[in-house]
Amino acid sequence: MFHPSSDRWSRLIYLSAVNIQKSLLLARISTQNYRETAARCKCSATARSLHTTAPLRPAEPRCGVSELHAHGVRTAGRRAVRCRLESSRSSSSSSSHNSKVPQFPTWEPVAESQLPPPTKVSLDLVDKLERLALVDFGNQEGIVCLEKAIRFADQLHVVDTDGVEPMDSVLEDRALYLREDTVTEGDRAEELLQLSKNTVEDYFVAPPGNIPLPKREERSAMLQHADF
Amino acid sequence: MLGTTIREVSLALREGRLSATELCKKCLKRIKKTHYLNSFITVTEELAMKQAQEAEHRLLRGKPHGPLDGVPFSVKDNFCTENIETTCASHMLKGYCPPFNATVVQKLLDQGAVLVGKTNLDEFAMGSGSTDSVFGPARNPWSYTSSYREQSPEQDPDSDWVITGGSSGGSAAAVASLSSFMALGSDTGGSTRNPGSLCGVVALKPTYGLLSRHGLIPLVNSMDVPGIITRSVQDAATVLGVLQGRDEKDSTTVQFPNLATSLPEDFDIRDICVGIPKEYHAPGLSAETLTQWGRVASMFERAGAKVREVSLPHTQHSIVCYHVLCCAEVASNMARFDGLEYGHRSAVESSTEALYATTRHEGFNHVVRTRILSGNYFLLKQNYDRYFVKAQQIRRLIAEDFRRVFQSGVDVLLTPTTLSDAARYSDFIQEDNRTRSAQEDIFTQPVNMAGTRHPHRSEIPTYSTVQNLETAHIYFTSCQRWKNLNTCSLCFRRCFHSLSTVFLAKQRL
Repeated sequence: MFHPSSDRWSRLIYLSAVNIQKSLLLARISTQNYRETAARCKCSATARSLHTTAPLRPAEPRCGVSELHAHGVRTAGRRAVRCRLESSRSSSSSSSHNSKVPQFPTWEPVAESQLPPPTKVSLDLVDKLERLALVDFGNQEGIVCLEKAIRFADQLHVVDTDGVEPMDSVLEDRALYLREDTVTEGDRAEELLQLSKNTVEDYFVAPPGNIPLPKREERSAMLQHADF
Repeated sequence: MLGTTIREVSLALREGRLSATELCKKCLKRIKKTHYLNSFITVTEELAMKQAQEAEHRLLRGKPHGPLDGVPFSVKDNFCTENIETTCASHMLKGYCPPFNATVVQKLLDQGAVLVGKTNLDEFAMGSGSTDSVFGPARNPWSYTSSYREQSPEQDPDSDWVITGGSSGGSAAAVASLSSFMALGSDTGGSTRNPGSLCGVVALKPTYGLLSRHGLIPLVNSMDVPGIITRSVQDAATVLGVLQGRDEKDSTTVQFPNLATSLPEDFDIRDICVGIPKEYHAPGLSAETLTQWGRVASMFERAGAKVREVSLPHTQHSIVCYHVLCCAEVASNMARFDGLEYGHRSAVESSTEALYATTRHEGFNHVVRTRILSGNYFLLKQNYDRYFVKAQQIRRLIAEDFRRVFQSGVDVLLTPTTLSDAARYSDFIQEDNRTRSAQEDIFTQPVNMAGTRHPHRSEIPTYSTVQNLETAHIYFTSCQRWKNLNTCSLCFRRCFHSLSTVFLAKQRL
């Protein structure tokens, strides 16, 4: 997707592209059943061009909105009755949609060509991440999950952020309260030590350090013998 | 009595029409009756009865602590509660009993509220369905109502139930099934508003910094807030009033001046300008949600409010930005779980690194592990600028979008909370946690990233959907004055009649 820049021709091309996309979108929706389209587009637009996901519910709903209006009052309960009465009242009084609410999705699809090449997670990278995080991938599925997560994150690159300061906290515009540097509580060592599984006197007991994590093959064996 | 609001039940308690112990017993009985919803991990019966008895003594003497004295509440299981097991729905913290109360829990207890139990959630609050808990998924109470069952009488309700949404699904289910009058959840990317929406209750995400996070086991430090789930807007305001305030133990709390939390009885909706962000019509938005969105907008117009279309151009990219920032902060926050000081510890003793690796393998489920690994990937030296810093820059653009809209005269934004109503569990689990979070958190996470200039978002139940599931599909964001948010909520309420959950009591539940 082009980003509108100060260059006049680029802006014209961008606007034309946007208009063409909008026309195509409108044409497609107007010739198809909306629910079918909604079911196909269930995954977010940002993921649509990357892989299809299973819709959240079957394409054929059990009962349609029109049936709800036609049935009117039901005996299911006071609030349900009120809601449906309200819905049938308002459906008859406002037959057209509210013009302020957009009737079609407004997202611009992100094409594969706009993204950097897909990242393949190598065995070395797997090993590096497992050592850094001290958490294992488990199996090939875990690695595939990571690749999908990276692909999803690749969409960040279509946004132009030149000259934008990174934001690390929403409270950056104010000075936070600092209290006096005095001890106000403590002496709870016993309570805290009780939370640990292995202590000796006032110490938490840890196995020997400065021993690197075993190699990948040995790690798999080690984890297989783990409790769960 | 269980289906009333906090205001009503508090009045009944103070007038002596109802005793606190009786109310507590009713709630505990309700929890037992709805055990199949799996909304509670721990039920604190003895403690609750003890607290109820103390509340009763105070009420009999005519000296209640406040509007919440004697009112039963529940807490999501990622808030520390003194000597009560706090698990975060994970093996890592099974058996962990914190030696302190989270500040927000302590404040409620100081007011005399009665803690009935700790509710179910997605493991470490990672998820949008409350389906990834070691204690099993939480179920939406609405899928057990006869109106829902009418649609497919041949289906067994125990195999065809609907999700609560997440990650505070247990809290929302507890409030919706009348097991408690209010519940605490946590909201990082919509974790309170999403289940609130799918369970048809009022869910409020206060501004970052308003409520203390001390005692809330952190997911994303820069976006987490404790959330409030109730059955009415008045109740949410009352609870917010009790919980807000600077805390010495949480340096990210700020004091917001002039934050009146009692709702005005008279208000003029014509003073309010409602904005409809056009980018919130995302692909996949159900026709029903779209119709309701339009309906609510028309309702405000008819009532005299100014309604106009606005634009938040970076909305489409906010979910990606959230995904990266969330994973990165999670990778950092989960590093504390090494088995040494608290929590699960594996039996491996060959080296500290081996202990850490096996403990974390045993303690975390695949969702948590995947997020940690993704976060570590984005934070690698070669990726730091391209992913993490880039996401932080986009975060600023998103915050700027909101600031610009609110400065242009808009008081509240009106948007859907989720793409559609609650999905069946069997459909929901067709995709992995990350994909579902990307779908479910679409509308809720931008405001978590935009933060303090735009206080409060709440979502209000609107209607019964096609599947006869009660859902809340419209949510408000308000800038400047809390009053605006509640003015709109109240007006909305009055137009749609007050929320009553009495009928739920008449159903199979």
